[in-house]
Amino acid sequence: MENDNKNAGKRGLTARAWAWLKGIGIVSALGLFAAGVIFWGGFNTVLELTNREAFCISCHEMKDNVYMEYQNTIHYSNRSGVRATCPDCHVPKEWVPKMIRKIQASNEVLHKILGSIDTPEKFNAKRLTLAEHEWERMKRTDSRECRNCHNFEYFDYGIQGRRASATHQAAFDKGQTCIDCHKGIAHKLPEVNQSIGAINEEGAPPQIFHPPTAADKKD
Amino acid sequence: MKNPSRLFPAALGAALTVLCLLASPVRAADGGLQSLRGAAIQAPETEAADPFKNMKDSTPIERNYVQQPPLIPHKVDGYTVTMKYNKCMDCHAWNRYKETGATKVSLTHFKTRDGQELSNISPRRYFCQQCHVPQVDAKPLVGNQFKPAQGMR
Repeated sequence: MENDNKNAGKRGLTARAWAWLKGIGIVSALGLFAAGVIFWGGFNTVLELTNREAFCISCHEMKDNVYMEYQNTIHYSNRSGVRATCPDCHVPKEWVPKMIRKIQASNEVLHKILGSIDTPEKFNAKRLTLAEHEWERMKRTDSRECRNCHNFEYFDYGIQGRRASATHQAAFDKGQTCIDCHKGIAHKLPEVNQSIGAINEEGAPPQIFHPPTAADKKD
Repeated sequence: MKNPSRLFPAALGAALTVLCLLASPVRAADGGLQSLRGAAIQAPETEAADPFKNMKDSTPIERNYVQQPPLIPHKVDGYTVTMKYNKCMDCHAWNRYKETGATKVSLTHFKTRDGQELSNISPRRYFCQQCHVPQVDAKPLVGNQFKPAQGMR
């Protein structure tokens, strides 16, 4: 008896798993497996339901502000009909970053309830802050969501326009990423203090819009 | 039935919804909107295709006459000039042109209409495309003998 217990302690993980399976019975084991599949499938289905354009614009904060602006851009409508909808840019495709983003989104639900940006005036007052969050996220991930479609390793610079070809190559040499230049391609920009007329005190300083690169800092 | 009065708010809500739907201006016969004077407003579904194609990006285009505003030698699709942001100035402003390699705004643009020199671009020059225009591959409609000004050939 004592000997048996000792052996049980030494048995491998696989053997113990088998023992546990036999203990609960094969039918219960299959049931558990099926339950797992159903739970995971259900979880994923609900998650994907919240990952559609229709879901995003079911709240008027998105529908009346950013969605309206996006309708005028090439990611909404273009000659070939290949579109990038809200989650294509704003929700990561990879599982772990996606989960993190989805958990962060609970903060957005809170502010929906609080009504933080429920009028265009309130939205515009917050536009710079909100935009900066997205710019910062894109910069941190080397514009991962852009690169899901626009993989610059496969750029054919011969077909790109004169300006695009030159600027892309110079920018990648400097270690820049898509969002460093392509801000405001799908939504209106916040007010930026551009060099026109009187100094615009309300606008964001130019360095927020065009952050200095590592190469600039060396000079 | 527990308490019929508890159903009253729900019934009121349903009635209001139905009323709103009936009174909604969107419910015009053609499914479109109506103007204040009752005329039907119909947004075009899609814009007609532009018969002219944008010219490919090129180097600056030669000028043809004295005081001609330089033409825009690139596409400007999606480049907006709004109250809050001027896309042109993102490359052509004096604090941007070195990095972007664009042509900088002429110094003549620093002057107000009263001839006063400013230290920055005059707000009256804000709408670039009032004078500077992009080009399409349009051929002249009628034959002509136009030649660039003597000194510009």
